[in-house]
Amino acid sequence: MVEQQYILLRGREIDNIEELDVYVKNGGYEGLKKALGMEKSAVIDEVKASGLRGRGGAGFPTGVKWSFIPQNEPIKYVTVNADESETGTFKDREIMEKNPHQLIEGALVCAYAIGAAAVYIYIRGEYWDVADILDKAIDDATAKGYAGENIMDSGFNCPVYVHRGAGAYICGEESALLNSLEGKLGQPRVRPPFPAQKGGGLYGEPTVVNNVETLANVPFIMTEGADAYKAIGTEQSAGTKIFCVSGNVKKPGNYELPFGTTFRELLYDHAGGPKDGRSFKALLPSGGSGPIVPLNDEVLDCKMSYEHTSEIGTIIGSASLIVMDDTVDVTWVASKVTKFFHHESCGKCTPCREGTYWLDRVLDRIMAGTATEADINRIDNVAKNMQGLTLCALGEFAANPIIHTIKNFREDFLQHVDGEKSLEAAGD
Amino acid sequence: MAVIGNKKYAERIEKQLSKYPDKRSAVMPLLYIAQEEYGWVTEDALREVAELCEMDSTQVKSIAGFYTMYREKPSGKHWVYVCTDLACALEGGDDLYEKVLDELGLDHHNDTTADGVFSVEHVMCLGACDKAPMLQCNYSFGDSENGEYRNLRDTDGNIDMGRVNNILDYWRGRERYD
Repeated sequence: MVEQQYILLRGREIDNIEELDVYVKNGGYEGLKKALGMEKSAVIDEVKASGLRGRGGAGFPTGVKWSFIPQNEPIKYVTVNADESETGTFKDREIMEKNPHQLIEGALVCAYAIGAAAVYIYIRGEYWDVADILDKAIDDATAKGYAGENIMDSGFNCPVYVHRGAGAYICGEESALLNSLEGKLGQPRVRPPFPAQKGGGLYGEPTVVNNVETLANVPFIMTEGADAYKAIGTEQSAGTKIFCVSGNVKKPGNYELPFGTTFRELLYDHAGGPKDGRSFKALLPSGGSGPIVPLNDEVLDCKMSYEHTSEIGTIIGSASLIVMDDTVDVTWVASKVTKFFHHESCGKCTPCREGTYWLDRVLDRIMAGTATEADINRIDNVAKNMQGLTLCALGEFAANPIIHTIKNFREDFLQHVDGEKSLEAAGD
Repeated sequence: MAVIGNKKYAERIEKQLSKYPDKRSAVMPLLYIAQEEYGWVTEDALREVAELCEMDSTQVKSIAGFYTMYREKPSGKHWVYVCTDLACALEGGDDLYEKVLDELGLDHHNDTTADGVFSVEHVMCLGACDKAPMLQCNYSFGDSENGEYRNLRDTDGNIDMGRVNNILDYWRGRERYD
């Protein structure tokens, strides 16, 4: 059995590591100290060499992202994406609740490497109490010289601020997040310019936007070195990943495992398998936004990594595994996820705004048993006409739950148009 | 009552404004402060936040309207949010929502109790899917008496209304920001 390995969820092994003195006693801020003694470019090179990739879902190489920041610009920013709002995702919450200093330390290493003027942590408003934990951690770190002015006597200044969102999924999209932080509507921007470029970032300044989990990996990379980090995981997916398991399993929760662990090892050895008397039916490996797959042997034996999950027609994304057993009607799943995206569409791009509206309406009709088979093809067609036509990925995400549920579970849909369920709905 | 000139908020307002190079960025934190004072985003709240952020109150209204956590009408004293998104719904989230409504004598079109104590809403994913079925009260995931609001079911898998009522009782005698 592949054991959990706590690089990020260290709160599971060390009591009260959310307290600064406990964190420091256990090697905390050593990574930042080491970074502050290095050339900025050497810090970026180390992160590049580690193979660390963005944990928000896209998997972009972190060091490469940092290297895009033009060093000669006078003002630059680090923005931490803590807007964790994808259905089924709850990993960043545990990092921030139980190990907040590791995030702050990682963000400050990034800030030093790119020469940032400040770090802004954009946290979803519903994590109200978690934001308070972060605020306290920042105050403590600032009081002891780990953040703020003249950090660890290095001459480097960088305040860290928490900014609460207010209930908009779209603000997890980096350009919408930047707009929101600027006090504007949280709607995506046209790119280029990208956030790393002049004109594209926060207040128009070059900005790194990194996910919480991504940055929480950085202290380990600094203290243990890129080689030690790269030794964990697979060739193209270095390190551990926090896998969020929810839905129909015996033991839902966060599991920190090396990339390359199989779905079977996670879902059976750690999450306890399906509930008694039930069997697995379907899996959303990346929350509501990634393609759904049948939870069969081929999927269970697949390794969880950026490179391996593409072989089974899906993505690992943010690794938010929503598990569905044989009692679940996938049409209902499509309807639930579509309601989410309809609610969360920011309204800027027509294909997404109108598409999610119509998908939701037709799915309501299908669920009510008053639709025909033509309606199944209709929503498939609407979804395919949303793909690739929106400014951000939300339009793409909203199409996935339709296209892939119909592709993999068409029989569930047919039940509603001329099968048993449509008769039930009609009162027969 | 007001936000501007109110000693209770002066320090917090100053702190929020000092965080950003542009006052406009403080619009969201200041809307929260105004909402704390008035209970919802009133015309006065819009005007005061606009003044502090050097924005037009119409712009502030558009922000308040875009983000779901700003209330645009009066509501109950305590805000109960039941997650009915997919991960929770797979484990009874929809059922929990209906049971909470029933318990408080509410329905889908009537979300606030007659005594004005509770407003109940179903919401999208709250990032606590491992606790399903779950709810938040005033954006708290738990309290000192009831612990975490997680897996609100009994051993038979039915919604545990005893625990739900304990949570409601906890808040009934308190202020929202306690």
